[in-house]
Amino acid sequence: MLHGYLPAIVEGLLTSLQVAVLSLAIACIFGLVGAAAKLSNSRAARVVVDVYTTLIRGIPELALMLMVFYGGQALLNYLVTKAGGDYIEVPAFTAGVLTIGFVFGAYMTETFRGAILAIPKGQMEAALSVGMSRIQVLQRITLPQMVRHAIPGFTNNWLIMIKATALVSIIGLDDMMQRAGLAAAATRQPLDFYLAVAAIYLAITTVSILLLSRVEKRFSLGVRKAEFK
Amino acid sequence: MIDWSVVVVSLPDFFSGLKVTLLLLAISLATGLLLSVPLAVARVSSIFWLAKPVWLYTYVIRGTPLLVQLFIIYYGFAQVEFIRESAAWNLFKEAWFCAWLAFAINTTAYTTEIIAGALRATPHGEIEAAKSLGMSSFNLYRRILLPSALRRALPQYSNEAVGMMHATAIASTVTLVDLTRVARDVYANHLATVEAFGTVAVFYFVLTFTLIGVFRLAERRWLKHLRPQTDAAPAIAVIAK
Repeated sequence: MLHGYLPAIVEGLLTSLQVAVLSLAIACIFGLVGAAAKLSNSRAARVVVDVYTTLIRGIPELALMLMVFYGGQALLNYLVTKAGGDYIEVPAFTAGVLTIGFVFGAYMTETFRGAILAIPKGQMEAALSVGMSRIQVLQRITLPQMVRHAIPGFTNNWLIMIKATALVSIIGLDDMMQRAGLAAAATRQPLDFYLAVAAIYLAITTVSILLLSRVEKRFSLGVRKAEFK
Repeated sequence: MIDWSVVVVSLPDFFSGLKVTLLLLAISLATGLLLSVPLAVARVSSIFWLAKPVWLYTYVIRGTPLLVQLFIIYYGFAQVEFIRESAAWNLFKEAWFCAWLAFAINTTAYTTEIIAGALRATPHGEIEAAKSLGMSSFNLYRRILLPSALRRALPQYSNEAVGMMHATAIASTVTLVDLTRVARDVYANHLATVEAFGTVAVFYFVLTFTLIGVFRLAERRWLKHLRPQTDAAPAIAVIAK
């Protein structure tokens, strides 16, 4: 199948999925920290995160990726050589994951912020008043309920992100897109390979939508939907 | 640390890149808007053979990366013999045409869903009232459904337009010299990271916020009736005169 290049494409798929999952983890961490900072009392923290989310959302992902890949490398080596170290080559995989995670962290920040704001304030006040610590409030009251409000935005971000992983081939990462390009060049059958890649992406997004809508149902048990009649 | 001479020397290139980016954006959005209105009407139709194909089209396009779609058109179609031997090949071998086609197909899918969503949000009473006056369904769409649905779609459409502007950066992968390609070339020629990517970031940033500003103005004009009316003072002032 696929002129014998199927195993190579599948290997590339695994790289793409690794990039997606690792960047998602980083994006969630950035998102949670960002949301916490945006809702905090510290003015400095709010300003820093505002600059972060505004800047990221004003520039294309591809341009940001090139910027972080080349710029991050230059900055790192500037610092390292200043400290007397040797030149370091940042692997494309690390650069790709960090960039996508950093970019989508900005989108996650907005999603999580909205989700936290959707929880009635009285609940947190009530929890504090019965003597829970702030960490306990977060762990027992805020986070479990936040998930339900965050899922639609989270699903959206994840779908955009999984599609954005196709861009990492441009900074030289050996992902599915790269493999398809190499196979296309070797066999002169580009249509077959790019159609296969499109089908694989469509399968990933379809499975994601199905799974996440089940998760949403699970977390929305006990919430009565508005009925339109 | 910043070598301003590199920035100054490459500014003309950045401006010609800006022209390419803007032109790509304009033709893609215009085509997308033109196609998505009839497609959205088909998408909400109760006729199966009208609604389902449009659903399939938006589902497939929205479920796959734009980069893959562009590569299928630019690299993939060259493999198909009847395209290569037809008159259309003169178009398909042009990167410009392929980018325009891919972007238009992509933004049409998203815009169709946005407008379809806005159509579905029409209050039932409006349709009933129009029908009770004996309006034909063509007039119903022309006078009632589309004018208010397109207005309702405006805020979401502004997101799509900004997203599309960002997506034009992908054109740099098929030999088009847009803003992103210029930045990569400047970086390659001068090895000046901050100068190359910092400048392009400023360009995109200004572009994003100009676009958002234009849509704010559009919303102020077409969604005027939805803004909260905080004070009735002007009306009284007019009467007092």
